[in-house]
Amino acid sequence: MTAPPMAAGPVPASGAAEVRIEGLRKRYGRLEVLRGLDFTVGAGRVTAIVGPNAAGKSTLIKSIIGLVRIPTGQGRILLDGVPIDGGVRYRERIGYMPQAARFPDQLTAREVLALVRGLRPAGTPVDLELIERFDLEPMLDRPIRTLSGGTRQKLNAVVAFLFRPALVILDEPTAGLDPIASGIFKDKVLAAPRLGTTVLLTSHILSEIEELADDIVFLVDGRVIFQGSIPSLLERAQATRLEKAVATLMAGSR
Amino acid sequence: MTSFRRVLSSQLRNVIRSRWMVGHALLLLAVTILLLRFGGSGERALLSLVNLVLLLVPLVSVVFGTLYVYNAREFIELLLAQPVGRGSVYLGLFGGLALPQTVALWIGVGGPLVLQTVAEPAVVRPLVMLLAVGTCLTLVFTAFALCVAVLVEERARGFGAALLVWLGCTVVYDGLILLLLTTFRDYPLETPVLILTFLNPVDLARVVLLLTFDVALLMGYTGSVFSDLFGGGLGIVIAFGTLLVCAAIPLAAGFRWFGRKDF
Repeated sequence: MTAPPMAAGPVPASGAAEVRIEGLRKRYGRLEVLRGLDFTVGAGRVTAIVGPNAAGKSTLIKSIIGLVRIPTGQGRILLDGVPIDGGVRYRERIGYMPQAARFPDQLTAREVLALVRGLRPAGTPVDLELIERFDLEPMLDRPIRTLSGGTRQKLNAVVAFLFRPALVILDEPTAGLDPIASGIFKDKVLAAPRLGTTVLLTSHILSEIEELADDIVFLVDGRVIFQGSIPSLLERAQATRLEKAVATLMAGSR
Repeated sequence: MTSFRRVLSSQLRNVIRSRWMVGHALLLLAVTILLLRFGGSGERALLSLVNLVLLLVPLVSVVFGTLYVYNAREFIELLLAQPVGRGSVYLGLFGGLALPQTVALWIGVGGPLVLQTVAEPAVVRPLVMLLAVGTCLTLVFTAFALCVAVLVEERARGFGAALLVWLGCTVVYDGLILLLLTTFRDYPLETPVLILTFLNPVDLARVVLLLTFDVALLMGYTGSVFSDLFGGGLGIVIAFGTLLVCAAIPLAAGFRWFGRKDF
């Protein structure tokens, strides 16, 4: 079995997506993780979800992808105004980069890329820019088990951007990337809105958020305590640096 | 269907290339060759292989399957983030685990014995039965593995639960039946024992194989009851049908939980 060839081809922008979260609630047993979230991720914006550990960031992004189920009556998630409940087709427009880059050990990187391509509709154009810029081509035919953690993370990034998604969700994306790869990746994120991609990312590295994000959604204990642009956050907290503003907000939420 | 085929194909490639699976096939091959070389006739070797199939095949299926699913957790999440239904991923995982193990069994046990059938044509029927029963047990315990890995969040607990499933089916269940038999030895127990046998896939597989090897007499009156039931073609069909139901129940339960699971 050989993997289908990877042809770059023209990559039309599919149109950045807007994500609207309405009254989203989620509980695991007695623990209420999301407590009625309401916010909008603007189309063509880079939005960072920020918050302390256990604030509900992962549950929120996993809810958008459908990895976490939202029971009926516990809020809605809309992609360009269309509720996402139940279906899978909407994920054709989404790219996802999980925090941990674990692929089947015995497959090659090319086979992993062929697999995710095979799960999309035939003819979906692909974006191979990151393969080139990360210089991954020589690694593509090697089994995943022989690749370093950093190389796997690069592959993770390639998969997320492979189909020029309307929405890309990045969970702690630069963890494990070396400074050069991290720079390349950040260029990709910054260019994404121009090419028709909305970016939703989580990160604990505030300097990275300052560098990449237009907007911030600040979660504490499953509630949104701030949503807006970085300048408006700085203004509200009367701070000059994001780190200080975040600390002020967190202190105020207690 | 296309998504299922893609997931299945990737899982097959991953499992077939794993050292575990190659080691499993080589172990079965080595034991079968040794039994044939030193154990005398093909039929005697097959009889010795019954316990290997009844104990080792379920153990490998349930342990390998459980650990595989835990190790693939992040990749399963990545797959589910693609436009693919949970059913395709779940069934792709099941097929990707069960098929290579079945092939390992057929190559490891069937390979050397197929050559033996040239000299001993009488070996064909018990060999086919042994492989068929081994295949059913692979399906049953792979389904249990998926079920456990989906239901139990923590890896160490899941591994323990998988071992308990194996231990329960291969040892504990028999112990309980023995206790029942000795406690109520003054009562006619053939029918309850027959029902209890149907409820445990390993016991059912053992009975089918022992009857195939014509050693039912060793089981006394109970053997005679079993022989009456399983002796004909209908009995064999019922036995294999029951084994497949034993695989379908945990597979369906796991499917349901997988569909509702929060990753």
